[in-house]
Amino acid sequence: MRLRLTFSKTLAMRFTGHMDLHRSLERTFRRAGLPLTHSQGFTKRPKMNLASALPLGVTGDHELADIWLDEAMPLNEIEDRIRKAAPPGIELHQTIELPEEAPKLQNVVSASDFVVTLLEPIDSLEKRVADVLAADQIIRTRRGKEYDLRPLVLDLSVIEPDGEGRVCLAMRLRTQEGATGRPDEVIAAMGGEPFDTRINRVKIHLGPE
Amino acid sequence: MEAMEIERLLERVLPRVQKPGRYTGGELNQVVKDWSDIDTRVALAFPDIYDLGMSNLGLMILYDLINKRTDALAERVYTPWMDMEEIHREHNLPLYSLESKHAVRDFDILAFSLPYETLYTNTLNMLDLAGIPIFSSERGVDDPLVIAGGHTSFNPEPMAPFIDAFAIGEGEEVMMEIIDVHKAWKASGEPREGLLHRLAHLWGVYVPALYEAHYNEDGTFQHIEKLVDHAQLPIVKRIVSQLPPPVTKFIVPYVDVSHNRIPIEIMRGCTRGCRFCHAGMITRPVRERTVEEVCEALEEALNVTGFEEVGLLSLSSSDYTHVVDLVKAVGERFADRVLSISLPSLRIESLSVDLMDALKDTRRSGFTLAPEAATEKMREIINKPVSSEQLLETAREIYSRGYTTIKLYFMMGHPSETMEDIDAIIELCKAVLRVGRECIGNRAKLTAGVSTFVPKPHTPFQWVPCDDLDTIYIKQEHLKRHLRGRGLKLNWNNPKETMLEAALSRGDRRLAEVVYRAWQKGCKFDAWYEGFRYDLWLEAYEEAGLDPAFYTHRRRPLDEVFPWEHLSTTLKKKFLTEDYLWSLAGRTRIDCRNQCFACGILPVFSQLRRDTPGEHWQCPEVKSRRVTVRNDDGTFMPQAVQEKPVTITLEEVIQSQ
Repeated sequence: MRLRLTFSKTLAMRFTGHMDLHRSLERTFRRAGLPLTHSQGFTKRPKMNLASALPLGVTGDHELADIWLDEAMPLNEIEDRIRKAAPPGIELHQTIELPEEAPKLQNVVSASDFVVTLLEPIDSLEKRVADVLAADQIIRTRRGKEYDLRPLVLDLSVIEPDGEGRVCLAMRLRTQEGATGRPDEVIAAMGGEPFDTRINRVKIHLGPE
Repeated sequence: MEAMEIERLLERVLPRVQKPGRYTGGELNQVVKDWSDIDTRVALAFPDIYDLGMSNLGLMILYDLINKRTDALAERVYTPWMDMEEIHREHNLPLYSLESKHAVRDFDILAFSLPYETLYTNTLNMLDLAGIPIFSSERGVDDPLVIAGGHTSFNPEPMAPFIDAFAIGEGEEVMMEIIDVHKAWKASGEPREGLLHRLAHLWGVYVPALYEAHYNEDGTFQHIEKLVDHAQLPIVKRIVSQLPPPVTKFIVPYVDVSHNRIPIEIMRGCTRGCRFCHAGMITRPVRERTVEEVCEALEEALNVTGFEEVGLLSLSSSDYTHVVDLVKAVGERFADRVLSISLPSLRIESLSVDLMDALKDTRRSGFTLAPEAATEKMREIINKPVSSEQLLETAREIYSRGYTTIKLYFMMGHPSETMEDIDAIIELCKAVLRVGRECIGNRAKLTAGVSTFVPKPHTPFQWVPCDDLDTIYIKQEHLKRHLRGRGLKLNWNNPKETMLEAALSRGDRRLAEVVYRAWQKGCKFDAWYEGFRYDLWLEAYEEAGLDPAFYTHRRRPLDEVFPWEHLSTTLKKKFLTEDYLWSLAGRTRIDCRNQCFACGILPVFSQLRRDTPGEHWQCPEVKSRRVTVRNDDGTFMPQAVQEKPVTITLEEVIQSQ
């Protein structure tokens, strides 16, 4: 039985890296007593795919994971068990059954929507947003490698301030293997300090853009 | 700083540090209580980073026990790594607890676990980051009571001025009594001194401020003087007569830590009597848990944590009476859970074929064995008699079952060691690997961990010198030159770190000044490559007018009084002295399950043994009706005498053979 889970990753869990998130989910399913399908071989690991890694410190309201069970179970029972077993910071929103032959989750992810709350204001924000969108290329260096950030930015805009009146940005960034835009890189490209933001991934888009 | 302010600041600073998950708390199974509703708040501290502290079973036990009380709470605090420390200092962020983010200074009790000496400077650094005076004498009525326990507390003298009270021995019961005493003291409105006096009445509690150390003109220790009548002398270690039910509700970390597993202690203590082994001497007597109890606890722990590995822990797991039954029971009962079983500390002679077979379905690449020495002569000196043939035979059984890796632990620098003994380590490793090649060809691997022997207090080797730096370097170079090649890997310790450990572990109260000065110079994380600065330590010795060689390299005469003798493991001085002389005579002692050597445990704890008969204690049963002294309130208070040096010579020992 193949399942697609939609969940949020918040609170202290935002500081859990991708590998550790894998493990936290595995342990959640073990506590839930789900009959997980394991990989064969020397180190048996539960079969699981995550849509796309979140940068450390970024929360996600709409994260996706595929898991497989050896025995079919009613969806509401699965949801119930996972909810009871989830650690603080993981909340299950939806569980659907997928046909076995559905394409691999990572291969269908195309883009992510982020909302960035600015904890410190950035001057002439509107102009900086316009500059990013108008640029032909934005060359940045990450981990010693140069790359062009511009084609990874699909959309960028200033949106309604949050409840405490802080300025917020919405950005849609490409999320594909080898071509994934990072919200902190966009902030840095605009001359902002990525540490002075709160970033939330609100949606992961599947299928063609 | 209030908890709310600390939380707000953390949100801004945490993204800037590596591995912020160390500093958030909030993990599954942590316990958060209503702060204002609790009488006694205890901060449990491990003076190293979260990744290591989270694997400390002692603190997990206390966390569980304290939080089960309705009138107390326990929260965790670990040492911030260097990047986080900078943030603490830059923003005046006080050291805080992970659960409720209260400043450590606002707790009633700050309890450190000090299992090894290279945590001492971190302990001072944590006090400093918490805003608590470093010296016990400078703390006021508003400062937390600072206590410490763990294996180093059997010679706590180098930390004496910094810790208000040490818990000597096992903490399960005494921690509860300390909380009770603190609560009563708080209600009484007495000054801080009153708390220390009250604590001094508890079995196993050592309040160093109530004692003064005296030295001879040659710098050796003379005696310890009680400054008040009611101070105990000696202070007898604490033990529990029966191991309490194991902890099951382990906190599940959000980030990777050093041991990702359910630790279950299957047995405490060890009957083998290896002469170098501090743990084996101070954790007597052996007490075992039942297979049923371990399995029940494991089931509960698996349900609440989801961990994928269990560690069945003890000092010598293959000596656990029912080890094969246990491993089989765990394997069968949890067959559908894809569980790996780790069984550290296996004895070569008790790692049976049955046990290997019982472990065969668990994920493992091999086994770790600790021959400790490579010649039979040396194994007799250290009392770990096992033949090389037996080791090779065991290795054959392991490799032939398809396991690829054997790890062998050795120590170099044993008393009377020569280069031939070092050569023998090389030869033995190569012989084991040859066996592996015969079984599985070039897939066979061998890892040799060769650490350097540090003589420890309360052991039969407490009199012997530690190798000096030059000798250690020569031996290590020799090993490095010859233990290389396909399939071979060698691990070793930093010799300078060994020097530090050696001086502190058999040090006296005067070394506290060295610890203090070293910390002031910036020493911290002494157990880390990134932190250890032996040059600063040497400056600190110099300024304190002390010579590390006095503590490390001096062969101590049999009649020397040691600065740790007022802390009683209950092992008789006669037993230790005789065992030391036996080692010089090349004479071994068998496993004391087969013959009691009257080490001293049983007479002091006879009442506990009488109260808990049965096979779970490995000491013989006590039949006599002798009544042991009790406190006024009827609680048990074991009695031991402060012993004089024994007069016994090597000749007498040899003749008695």
